[in-house]
Amino acid sequence: MTRGKIMDDPIIARRLKKASVGIAGAGGLGSNVAMALARAGIGHLVIVDFDIVEEKNLNRQQYFLDQVGQYKVEALKHNIARAVRGCMVEAIKLKLEKGKMTGPFEGVDVVVEALDSAEAKAGLIEEVLMNLPGKPIVAASGVAGYGHSERVFFRRSGDLYLVQDEEAKSSDEDVLLAPKVGLFAYYQANTVLELLLGVEK
Amino acid sequence: MEGETVTRLLKRMRYVFPLVVVKIDGTVIPRDRFKETRIPDNVEVEVMHLTSGG
Repeated sequence: MTRGKIMDDPIIARRLKKASVGIAGAGGLGSNVAMALARAGIGHLVIVDFDIVEEKNLNRQQYFLDQVGQYKVEALKHNIARAVRGCMVEAIKLKLEKGKMTGPFEGVDVVVEALDSAEAKAGLIEEVLMNLPGKPIVAASGVAGYGHSERVFFRRSGDLYLVQDEEAKSSDEDVLLAPKVGLFAYYQANTVLELLLGVEK
Repeated sequence: MEGETVTRLLKRMRYVFPLVVVKIDGTVIPRDRFKETRIPDNVEVEVMHLTSGG
C-alpha cells in the first residue's frame, strides 16, 4: 500500500469514528491525549475532571490564557470543536471518588488514566481491572522532569497498559513541563489507537 | 506453612514506593487487602509502582 492510500484508508477512519474513549483527568496528560485522539479521528470522547484552568497549568496543558477560570472539561471540549469536525465530547464535571471511579467509563472501548496523584492512579487502575473486566486501561507513571526520553517504556499486564519512567521523581519533587508530559500523553494516545485498530502490519 | 502476606513481601523486597498495583497470577489485589492477602506457592506476583504527575 502506498502512503497516500493508508492515510485515506476509509476502514481505519470509520473504525476510529465509531470508537469511544474515556479519559480520566483533563490536566497535562488528559488534555493532550484528548487533542491527539480528536485529531486522529476518534468519534466519541468521555472526559472527566472537576478542575478549573489556572495560569500555572499552561506550561503543559492544552488550554489558553483566555480560558483561565473555566472548567477544564468545557474548555477542552471547546478547543476540540475549534480544531476538528465530528468528535463528540461528553464533558463530565466530576471528581472521581474512590469506590466509584469507573461509573462514567462503563460504555467506552478504552479508558485512559490521566490523573495527577499516584493514589488516584492506583485507585482507578484497581477499579477498572476489578469492575470492568476486559476493558483496557492505558496509564502513565513518572511524567515529571525533562530529558531522559529513552527511559520511557511500556509494559502490559493483562488489561493494563502502563507507560512509565521508573526512575522519574514524583511531581512533588520535580517539574512538570509540556515536552515530557506530552511524550507520555502521545504514547498513551498511540497505544489507544493500537488497541482499537490492532497492531499495524 | 502459610504464604507471606503482600505487605510482608513488599517490605522484604524493599519496595519503598508508597503506591503500587499488585497482581497475583493476573488478578489485581486491592491495596486495602495487602495486609491479609497471603501469597500461595508457585504463583506469579507482579508489582507496578506509580509516581505522581499528570
